[in-house]
Amino acid sequence: MKRVTLAAAAASLLSGAAYAETEITLWHAMGGALGDTVNAIAEDFNASQDAYTITPVFKGTYEETLTAGIAAFRAGEQPNILQVFDAGAATVIGAKGATVPVQDLLSDNGAGFDIEDYISGVRYFYADTEGKMIGMPFNSSSPVMYYNVDALEAAGVTPPKTWEEFQSVTAPALKEAGYVGLSQSHLPWIFTENFMSRHNLPFATNDNGYAGVEGTKILVNNNAIKAHWTAVTEWQDQGYFEWFGTGWGDNQTPFEEGKVAIWLGSSGSFGGLSKKDLPFEFSATYLPYWEAVTKEPKQTFIGGASLFAMAGKSAEENKATAAFFEFLTKPETQFFWHKETGYVPITEAAYELAKKEGHYEAMPAAEIGIKQLSLPAGENTKGYRMGFYVQIRDVMNREYGRILTGETDVETAFANIEKEANGLLERFAKTQK
Amino acid sequence: MKRAGFATRWLPILLLLPQLIIIAVFFYWPAAHAVQSSFYLQDPFGFGSSFVGFDNYTDLLDNSEYRRIAWFTVVFTVLVTFFSLALALLLAVKADKVIRGAKTYRTLLMWVYAVAPPVAGFIGLIMFNQSWGPLTRLFEQVGHDFTLGVNYNDTAFAMVLVSVWKQVPVNFIFFLSGLQSIPKSVREAALIDNRSASGRFWDVTFPLLAPTGFFLLIINITYALFETFGVIDTLVKGEPGNNPMTLVYKVYVDGFRGNDLGGSSAQSVILMILVLALTVFQFRMVERRIHYT
Repeated sequence: MKRVTLAAAAASLLSGAAYAETEITLWHAMGGALGDTVNAIAEDFNASQDAYTITPVFKGTYEETLTAGIAAFRAGEQPNILQVFDAGAATVIGAKGATVPVQDLLSDNGAGFDIEDYISGVRYFYADTEGKMIGMPFNSSSPVMYYNVDALEAAGVTPPKTWEEFQSVTAPALKEAGYVGLSQSHLPWIFTENFMSRHNLPFATNDNGYAGVEGTKILVNNNAIKAHWTAVTEWQDQGYFEWFGTGWGDNQTPFEEGKVAIWLGSSGSFGGLSKKDLPFEFSATYLPYWEAVTKEPKQTFIGGASLFAMAGKSAEENKATAAFFEFLTKPETQFFWHKETGYVPITEAAYELAKKEGHYEAMPAAEIGIKQLSLPAGENTKGYRMGFYVQIRDVMNREYGRILTGETDVETAFANIEKEANGLLERFAKTQK
Repeated sequence: MKRAGFATRWLPILLLLPQLIIIAVFFYWPAAHAVQSSFYLQDPFGFGSSFVGFDNYTDLLDNSEYRRIAWFTVVFTVLVTFFSLALALLLAVKADKVIRGAKTYRTLLMWVYAVAPPVAGFIGLIMFNQSWGPLTRLFEQVGHDFTLGVNYNDTAFAMVLVSVWKQVPVNFIFFLSGLQSIPKSVREAALIDNRSASGRFWDVTFPLLAPTGFFLLIINITYALFETFGVIDTLVKGEPGNNPMTLVYKVYVDGFRGNDLGGSSAQSVILMILVLALTVFQFRMVERRIHYT
């Protein structure tokens, strides 16, 4: 390993001397196998041309990566590209002058940009008020429903389409068959944000926060979601649902162990699950919805993260960044990323390529994420833009944890979330002056 | 008696200078910066900011969650300090009596000291793993369904346990050397006066250990307040959720995770004032009662 790095370093030194390549850096939060895939893409890019070299650097969790990027920016040492996750979007997009909008970057460097090339679910999540794309969607995912095929067969049920079906048919049968019906891995993301999107409910005033920070209020304290949460606590009492803590893995493990039959996770979990050699067959389908709330369920939000070109770099380096983005959106690169990780391909062309290559014939579940993101859109499905959203999520996690441990009730919890979130939004608006 | 002194005025200042510079750069300057930021709400990237006066402070004091975290911090600090000191003292007194194999015994008691806080936290995670943790199993035996990361009290218990476990060896080393520095003659005199071992301990040994104990008290309170960060971060896996946390962890959560620089600066200032008050209190009230020999 060490020798390889040394050799690579020597090679890059030599080639640097020969061609004077422009070097750019990418700070990302992709650990483990995902990080290996990022490195593979970077190596492919470096090998594909002689003018630029990109160096990916793993900076820890999403939160740590964003904080590192901000600290570096303030010190004038920012990387060329910073990966920022969904909850950090308002922070990075709000700071005009911190980034070069990807749309401008690509057009200015002759790479061409057409927002219609991107699949509908990813177009506007990282866009500004006017719909200009600021961040390049990179690892885009959506919450989907994974299920243990063997368990559902043993219980004699099919994957539930609606929550009504889950609570009256699926969960009781699974319990009979000796399974806990359901677990999920991210309460704010799956049981809040995407609950709003799936049911086309407004999540915040000011056009879900896109129209500006001034006066934006969260609309989380509504009857539809409170009814959902009341149902969740009932499922918990009946043994249909179990919560294993705020950590992602704590809730995924019982599914992998075969204790829980249905798990709500990320479409990006697909790659990891299929490499794990689980003792049962698993598949995936759309996130259920409440028929009582809507008869026409909509697409979900993209989660994951996107890549931002940081401002304050030379034209030469920005050109290299544009070239990397162009490489990244190539159908072949997107298909490779999609196949390896389970994250959705972000362009129509890449999706077509995956279909043509027969990727979904072997694994239909791999297509669920992108199909869900391509479901009909509604006025509230393009995304949400709220500042200090990382803390708002922390507040949600705290209150939801208290609901699920019986420390508080649904009504009080949502009143608290609304109050504290609005306080944070008001504070954030003051930071933007 | 002639007072020793410096011939020139500048030499002592020159000799103090390196230390003063270090304090200025690493304490006064950041502290002043924190005080300043605490009156602003600023964009993390440094583009916009508004002066908000004491709003950051009043927001905190109005927040029931912040008060709950402050209360937890107090309880946590008292528990960790008390149990770390008490267990270490007990072990030191017992180890002091061991003659055969004393070295091995002492080394075994001390080596946990070498464990870094996040590693200690990680060991805690393993011991309390929800599906196969040995301590979880143990609690199962006595009929308690221990769920780390789900139940507030269970997580708090694990935090206290791991923090105490990590701190006992340091206290043990100090207490043991404190015990061994008590003159033999004093002990022998005590032996004649009082036949009860516990009576001798409380009347003679304990007061003589007081300087060590006072020093350790301050060290342990500081440890519980600040250095348990790694343990807490590891035990909650970086996702606080509904788990308990201390004030220092809250500063990190809001400042470094949430990028709320104003709010987290205000929290740091509050902590600074608390620690200052605590130190003054300790030296005024407690140290007076201690006799250094």
